[in-house]
Amino acid sequence: MDLVVAVLFQLTYVIANLALISLGLAIIFGMMRVINLAHGEFLMLGGYTVVVATNLGVNIWVSMLILAPLVVGIIGVIVERVLIRWLYGRMVDTLLATWGLSLLLVGIVTSIFGASTATTVSPPLGAVRIGDYSASGYELFLIVITAILLFAVWLTLRFTKLGLLARGTMQNAEMASSLGVSTSRIYMITFGLGAAVSGLAGGLLAPMTGVLPTIGATYIAKAFITVISGGAAILAGTTAGSVLLGGINGIFSFIAGSTFGEIALLLAAIVLLRLMPRGITGRFFRKSL
Amino acid sequence: MTFSRRSFLAGSSALALSSAPIIGRAQGSDKIIFASILDLSGGLDIYGAPMAETTKMAIDDINAAGGLLGREVELKLYDAQSTIQFYTQYATQAAAGDRAHTVHAGITSASREAIRPTLSRFQTLYFYNVQYEGGVCDFNNFCTGSTPAQTVAKVVPYAMNKWGKKVYIVAADYNYGQITAQWMQRFVKENGGETLDVEFFPLDVTNFGPTINKIQTAKPDFVISALVGGAHVSFYRQYAAAGMNKEIPIASTTFGVGNEQTLISAEEGDGILASYGYFEGADNATNTEFLSRLEARLGADRPVMNELAVRSYEGAMLWAEAVKMAGTPDRGPVIEALRSGLTYNGPSGAVTIDPKTNHCNMNVYIGELKDQKWNIVESYADQPPADTQLVCDLVANPNQSTFMFENGLAAAGIE
Repeated sequence: MDLVVAVLFQLTYVIANLALISLGLAIIFGMMRVINLAHGEFLMLGGYTVVVATNLGVNIWVSMLILAPLVVGIIGVIVERVLIRWLYGRMVDTLLATWGLSLLLVGIVTSIFGASTATTVSPPLGAVRIGDYSASGYELFLIVITAILLFAVWLTLRFTKLGLLARGTMQNAEMASSLGVSTSRIYMITFGLGAAVSGLAGGLLAPMTGVLPTIGATYIAKAFITVISGGAAILAGTTAGSVLLGGINGIFSFIAGSTFGEIALLLAAIVLLRLMPRGITGRFFRKSL
Repeated sequence: MTFSRRSFLAGSSALALSSAPIIGRAQGSDKIIFASILDLSGGLDIYGAPMAETTKMAIDDINAAGGLLGREVELKLYDAQSTIQFYTQYATQAAAGDRAHTVHAGITSASREAIRPTLSRFQTLYFYNVQYEGGVCDFNNFCTGSTPAQTVAKVVPYAMNKWGKKVYIVAADYNYGQITAQWMQRFVKENGGETLDVEFFPLDVTNFGPTINKIQTAKPDFVISALVGGAHVSFYRQYAAAGMNKEIPIASTTFGVGNEQTLISAEEGDGILASYGYFEGADNATNTEFLSRLEARLGADRPVMNELAVRSYEGAMLWAEAVKMAGTPDRGPVIEALRSGLTYNGPSGAVTIDPKTNHCNMNVYIGELKDQKWNIVESYADQPPADTQLVCDLVANPNQSTFMFENGLAAAGIE
């Protein structure tokens, strides 16, 4: 019984982890059809923000929950203004440009901090007991905060004016703009928000995984697969993709080890995209956010 | 004056002719060339950067003492950027372009296997100064790092004595991890223990949650790890975050060579056991003097010294001793001098070439982590590379250039 609970807990964490690393990418991709290959580096920058801030004596919660999204959000807005806005509608060009950006960011961070951080942030919460098993309290915290984050994004899209304008722009940018919506501003804000969410995710994961300039590479592939499998709907897509792929990854990792967990995840994504080329939300939950 | 094409050609060819002897002299300079190829950027630079520092220090030390045979030694240092392709490219450059007298190169076993054939073909003396899984049997290649029979064979019984007989193995999923895990299982069995499970992880895995659950289910007496690289450091963090480090201790054959102990907090790391050919606490006068000189060179924030960094220094010095002994930097006589059972007394103690395998007899230490520093809890003098000796005899048959453990231990005839 304890084992079942411990495994379910772990499974939930794998799913939440996928949702957390994918959400920022999903916002940018879902809203703007921009494939941001520098997504992993936004996560990495969030992590570095936390490390630098805590080393300067800032409280770890403040650095994770406020500074990381703030800093990366601002970087996101700058990137959008300088780079992305010239490339809307040119998917291949944005791919190349953001890939270049990702190399640039890795290079800059490496030259400032070196290829490995000598500084550490430990998870600020102790272990929790599940009968005979112990699990990380911080993982529990991450599950909760991922749920809150998804809910917050839903509230924003559904009930705020910004959300309404953003959804309008997403559906038909020309129509929105002829109705007086400044689509350029909406895009800037959306990209900034997507980057901020990525920064938050990177900051939250830093105590679990440590930070390296190249840590983005370990996230980017999974985030992409999740978002593409999920399809165009930001929230429903991310959630459905994470649950399906995270569930499969978690179960196979537990039964057969990490290598098979990764293989099963990739295989599931391939089969899924063969059957539903537009992702899960291309077929189900079409009207959802 | 008109400037015709003809006069220009005549003039410039005269210039070319007159400058030719100068170029010729520069190429025929009497410097001895020492090439080093290491990963100084990318994911593997946690290993490569300290190795490059000690290599530079070794060459400076040699030159400060008047060079070798009255000739200056010139270091050509290449950054392979954690990319195998650059290793092959630079190895060719070092051997054919620089005409290096020796090449000290490679960190991962994959990089070693990429350049070993190249250097063999160009007949360029090759040193690999990294702890690895054992099994290279190559007349042209000296492997100065520790191998499983020297380290794993020590730390496994030590940990079993301390913690118990049931072992859980986690390792990186490539040849080092796979082969080392086989050695671990062998040594666990030899010491009357039981391996409960072996798990391998691709190098980019960062979520170890499912494994930590499995370890809790299996309830081993301790976990032994051969995890490699930056992403795998997450294992130790997540293990500690789940409170496991207080319940089931960890021994490792890789933790520490990339100075991982400084990447996790003292609380997360305390109590981890590891075994290498060197720790900073090695108790001898050469070591004390070496560390103080290193600090004078690089300042107080110098990298922590580990086996890879110190052995890079000692590898360079072993080669220098052999050149002195041979009276020439040419490959044949230098190899002969090395294989005469040459000894160098370095910071780690005496390091002696074993002519049967071109590996080294060396001191081996077991360290326990406390407050991000290794305390030596046990040391063993003059340990032979017994694993490679099982499959390799270069005295009987010098004409070999094989990696015996390429397909695992069973294929090499080891149970």
